Amino acid sequence: MTAQSRPRTSRIRFERVQEQPRWLMFVSPIILIGAALLVGALLLSLTGANPWFVYQRMAQAAFGDRYGWSDTTIKATPLILAGLGVSIAFRMRLWNIGAEGQLYIGAFCATGVALHLFSPETPAWLMLTAMAIAGFLGGAFWGFIPGVLKAKLNVNEIITTLMLNYVAIFWNNYFIYGPWSERGFGLTPQFPRNAWLPRFTDFGAAVPSFRGLTMHAGIFLALIVALILWVVWRRTKWGFEVSIIGDNPQAARYAGVNLARKIMIVMALSGGLAGLAGMAEVSGVVHRLQERFSPGYGFTAIIVAWLAKLNPLALIVVAYLFAGLLVGGDVIQPAGIAQLLQGVILFVVVGGEMMLRYRIRIERS
Amino acid sequence: MRKERLLLVLTMLLTFVMLFSACAAPAAAPAEGESSDSGDAAEAPAAESSIQIPETVDGKFNIAFVYVAPIGDGGWTYAHNQGREFLEAEMGDEVATAYLESVPEGADAERVIRNLARQGFDAVFTTSFGYMDATETVAEEFPDTYFVHVSGFKKNETNFSNLFGAMESMKYLAGMIAGARAAEDGSNRIGYVAPFPIPEVIRHANAAALGMRQTCPDCELDIRWIFTWFDPDLERQAAESMFDAGASVVITGSDTPGPVQVAGERGMYGIGYDSDTACEVDPGACLTVPYWHWGPFYVELAQSMMDGSFAGSDIYFDVDSGALGLLGFMEGQEPMAGVPESVIPQVQDLLAQMQAGDFTRFNIFTGPINDNQGNVIVPEGTVLTQSDLEGLSGIEGREDCTICMSWLAEGIVPDAQIPE
Repeated sequence: MTAQSRPRTSRIRFERVQEQPRWLMFVSPIILIGAALLVGALLLSLTGANPWFVYQRMAQAAFGDRYGWSDTTIKATPLILAGLGVSIAFRMRLWNIGAEGQLYIGAFCATGVALHLFSPETPAWLMLTAMAIAGFLGGAFWGFIPGVLKAKLNVNEIITTLMLNYVAIFWNNYFIYGPWSERGFGLTPQFPRNAWLPRFTDFGAAVPSFRGLTMHAGIFLALIVALILWVVWRRTKWGFEVSIIGDNPQAARYAGVNLARKIMIVMALSGGLAGLAGMAEVSGVVHRLQERFSPGYGFTAIIVAWLAKLNPLALIVVAYLFAGLLVGGDVIQPAGIAQLLQGVILFVVVGGEMMLRYRIRIERS
Repeated sequence: MRKERLLLVLTMLLTFVMLFSACAAPAAAPAEGESSDSGDAAEAPAAESSIQIPETVDGKFNIAFVYVAPIGDGGWTYAHNQGREFLEAEMGDEVATAYLESVPEGADAERVIRNLARQGFDAVFTTSFGYMDATETVAEEFPDTYFVHVSGFKKNETNFSNLFGAMESMKYLAGMIAGARAAEDGSNRIGYVAPFPIPEVIRHANAAALGMRQTCPDCELDIRWIFTWFDPDLERQAAESMFDAGASVVITGSDTPGPVQVAGERGMYGIGYDSDTACEVDPGACLTVPYWHWGPFYVELAQSMMDGSFAGSDIYFDVDSGALGLLGFMEGQEPMAGVPESVIPQVQDLLAQMQAGDFTRFNIFTGPINDNQGNVIVPEGTVLTQSDLEGLSGIEGREDCTICMSWLAEGIVPDAQIPE
């Protein structure tokens, strides 16, 4: 090929910035969120609104009082659990983007236990434990499938996990419109009371300030899992191995790590936590299985995990911010504006994060 | 390293998808401009812009509306929003209104309704069947707030009513028009876009089939279940598939005028639903629209709340209430161009009887009526009860249905079934 026939190409390359100063790690999220809010404000002024007023009302709705915190916590719970789930896989550089499907299957299994496997008279502790186990196992199975395919056949897990999302959603839809449906709507009958995760408001008689707070025990589950993972990554051999494999699979293999086995376990654990998120959502909030009960928690969880740099404790903070964005968006009408604003903020944060982590170089040949 | 980049690209893609799915929604929103809450809401700082944040206004009776679709859907929600504007126009001195649109049914709805009550709204109107349980729950928590749920069957003794009307009467007339049209076109086949296999929808489709048989005894009514109230794509596809199957008129039971638009593209006819503007997408292809006129009832309910006479009740109105309309046949309207001349006096005559209260939903569902398999469902001389029409069973304070609305009337294609 001559130089003439070949147009002068320039390649855009993304190069990882290796030496990121430590202070930037902490400051960058703040800068990014500030920039995102600025861009959002610009957009809001274009529609003729007063951005300051809109932001104030959003913050008020999400964090302004204990009811706001309760609502935000409800949204943060599945984000934390599913976010922790995907972060386990991400640690090992396994790109599980199937949290949404794993969440649906977890919810499906928990629903099966609550409505069909156990009698409504089952004591609450037994019912809830069984639902949590079923939810975890369901999600774990949904993560295990791509795990096996990856470990044994080296099938790209990005594709399989992504595709299994759709399978899971259609699987659910079949049951909620078919055998498990209530009156033909896309939902099952309501769970018996024993299958509801305790909510703060349920203790309103004893603690008056809990009255009307619908946040549920799932948040404690999420926080405990986050703490456990924090310890696992810092203190355990297993956690260390997973991180090492992520950084350098060759080295790990030489060190005698059974890679295939690790992949399957990590994918199953990753899916299991997303499944637990699904169980917590149907048992704590929706109280039934329903079409589109998740507004994309499994996908948002990926972004949450990524922005938290896979740190379990940072993940809690990021999840709360995103949950606040969802709850705050509810008050803005027309609804499209709120979604647009959420999208813009997300876009700026993720895009900016990439700019900070990667240097763009244009190479001319 | 390469994979990491792939993931980054995927993350970006995901963000894009979210961004664009967000863009898709406001496409329906521009109708907002015409409905700006000038006047009374002007105290609210955001009122000058197109963005609205629901807030109570001091010194007024504050009513919030929760909508399932955008107010620009051109159908169900649009009609409810017109009702809200009617209420503002009639009682703006004493009443302030706000709304939340596109609120998903389910857990989010409960949160939204609860927050409105907590925010201090004096009344909350929820306008989709799927809000029923959520409304019931919150009504119990806030005994000092009034709740009205549209299209359900639950209530309590004090602060929670349900509101609906005999749209089946108008669907019956629409069926007569569609039948006459199909007979004239020689297709002998019409179609019905059916959202959910629930008594309300079945009742409407049955009424349309019975009306159709009045003007075209050989006609058959095809039916497609789409399992959603609002999905412009699915609604269009259902209409297309029935035109493909030989229908010359499609009646829609879902929210948007999409099926009427499809009719126009095919050179066929459509019958819209919900809003008196549903024909505007293609007047030439539109035969009529059975529509809701919620305003008067909103006013009546608001008055009863303000003077304290409100009590939880089942409100079910018929044509003589004035809250139901049939486009082209109400006072001051002309029938659309596609309506066959022969059927016009027939429809006008029956509509006059309905308006006088001489012909009601119970007259439509009086035996003998067979199902689409030829089995006798309603024997000669038997009249369905209100519980039969609503398919109620096991509802506290209501009698159980005996001939429950879970059958398809004669005239609907024999192989059609109610999905399990």
